[in-house]
Amino acid sequence: MTALSVRELTKTYTLRSGLKFSTLQAVKGVDFDLTPGRTVALVGQSGSGKSTIAKLIAQLERPTSGTITLDGAPIGRRGAALARYRDEVQMVFQDPFASLNPYHSIGHHIERPLLLHGKATRSTVREKVLELLSRVNLTPAEDYVDRKPHELSGGQRQRVAIARALAPGPSILIADEPVSMLDVSVRLGVLNLLARLQREENLAMLYITHDLATARHFSDEILVMYRGDVVEQGPADDVILRPQAEFTRQLLVAAPEPGTNPRFLAEAKRRGVPMPDHLAPSEDTP
Amino acid sequence: MSDPTTNRDPEDLQEILHDTLEADRTGGGSPVRDEPVLTVEGLNVVYEVEQPVHAVKDASFELRRGEVLGLAGESGCGKTTLAYGLNQLHRPPARISSGTVTFHDHVTGEHVDVLALEGDRLRSFRWSKVAMVFQGAMNSLNPVLNVRTQLGDVFTTHLPHLGREERARRGAELLELVGVDPSRLDAFPHELSGGMRQRVMIAMALSLDPQLMIMDEPTTALDVVVQREILQEVLRLRRELGFAVVFITHDLPMLLEIADRIAVMKAGRIVELETAEDLYFAPRHAYTRTLLGSFPSLTGEAGDFVRAGFDQDPTRS
Repeated sequence: MTALSVRELTKTYTLRSGLKFSTLQAVKGVDFDLTPGRTVALVGQSGSGKSTIAKLIAQLERPTSGTITLDGAPIGRRGAALARYRDEVQMVFQDPFASLNPYHSIGHHIERPLLLHGKATRSTVREKVLELLSRVNLTPAEDYVDRKPHELSGGQRQRVAIARALAPGPSILIADEPVSMLDVSVRLGVLNLLARLQREENLAMLYITHDLATARHFSDEILVMYRGDVVEQGPADDVILRPQAEFTRQLLVAAPEPGTNPRFLAEAKRRGVPMPDHLAPSEDTP
Repeated sequence: MSDPTTNRDPEDLQEILHDTLEADRTGGGSPVRDEPVLTVEGLNVVYEVEQPVHAVKDASFELRRGEVLGLAGESGCGKTTLAYGLNQLHRPPARISSGTVTFHDHVTGEHVDVLALEGDRLRSFRWSKVAMVFQGAMNSLNPVLNVRTQLGDVFTTHLPHLGREERARRGAELLELVGVDPSRLDAFPHELSGGMRQRVMIAMALSLDPQLMIMDEPTTALDVVVQREILQEVLRLRRELGFAVVFITHDLPMLLEIADRIAVMKAGRIVELETAEDLYFAPRHAYTRTLLGSFPSLTGEAGDFVRAGFDQDPTRS
């Protein structure tokens, strides 16, 4: 069963410079499906069209051509149909410092979608807010609900943004670079949180990133974009371990990866030890 | 599973990743000379606000000529504050409460007490001896002046005897040095891509042939491909020109590839200062291990990091 299908999606922007007009094809005929419980990653350089796709799906932009269907039906573009679409499709933005309103409390941010989408009434809303905050590991939730965004760290704010996205009870979550603005030591925590919520809710997820390593570990399918085109598309491990497109190779080479650096491989040999596996700290790690 | 060669199935990937920064880093021999360029001893920096914040605590290290020293740590750990201490860039309420910074000038043979410099001596010291590429360099070019004027500015201040043509000639040379077409001298910042703006910033920092370059998160806003190009450029220039680099970032995997030694900072303190190899193979401090464990590996077994279950750990929230 397909949750959301994107076919031949194209977006062309018209640029104007003085009296001259030109067009920029931001997205050129992209196809993919978002299905429950699975994550599709979009990777590529800045300006390759990744975020444009997110905006098209979230209906912040209208596609120039192509279709987006939800459970087989064309998506609602206005009125009640649009509201129903927003019940199903929610988004987490890149910058948690900009996506929360500094004037409002954390509770307010989560209360609003709950009330607007009819998931709670005035009398039950507080309880629901606390429940959502606990689900994103902001516990004890009572300590967070009345605070303002500036009192929270970047990672905590992004958790609030995730709770807000979950409030309408969506089946599809678009995460546009959800951890790139966060400190490295909290990134995995936020990604693991998203992975857990996905398992619990059977969410279909679109994960947009330029980090190939998390794209591989975090998603089932990867689309590599280059200037609006999808240059490679396939199961995550195939794309990363057996890249076909030249551009995918370029991306792989560019990512810092001490694990394959000849200097460290030689050092391992010299020391007579295996390459360290820092990610899964075991008892015998010094 | 600890041996990455066993779980990487095809030769492909290894072949691809073989092309690392290593060649640029050493160019067949280490450019590091066993002679100090900067010595920092017991540096303390305090922000004198209502409840004073001790932002840098007892920082001591020695930087050798031509060395790349990585400074790793999270937002707010004091890495930028420490870097500002190296050429006295602090403004109140920040105050250096104790410590010394000594610059060993190999041109004049002097040992300069940096923290005692003031007035004109301080002005001429900055940039000509210690240059800096600031955080968010993408936006630190002046949007209403062209590249020629901004590169020329350094010369009008530090080498006022140079004529207009000489300034332009040097500007063109600098752009060429960092791999930007000299015809871009007449371009305005908005006409340049992020990577090119960053190269112009580096050109500007190189203009007086500094012996030390401080780079504060120089590649943060750039994508990985452009980041790679910039790093290669920095390493190549360091090899050719022999300056030392203090490289500030929170991206430890990147530092591991480009740095000779790495200092890990936490809450104002350098908790570990080791060669990149020692840090990678035998991290001693728990925080270093946390940082190393924060990056899923491209080649490791799939699913590793979801298994790790860090999500529950409240200290990581």
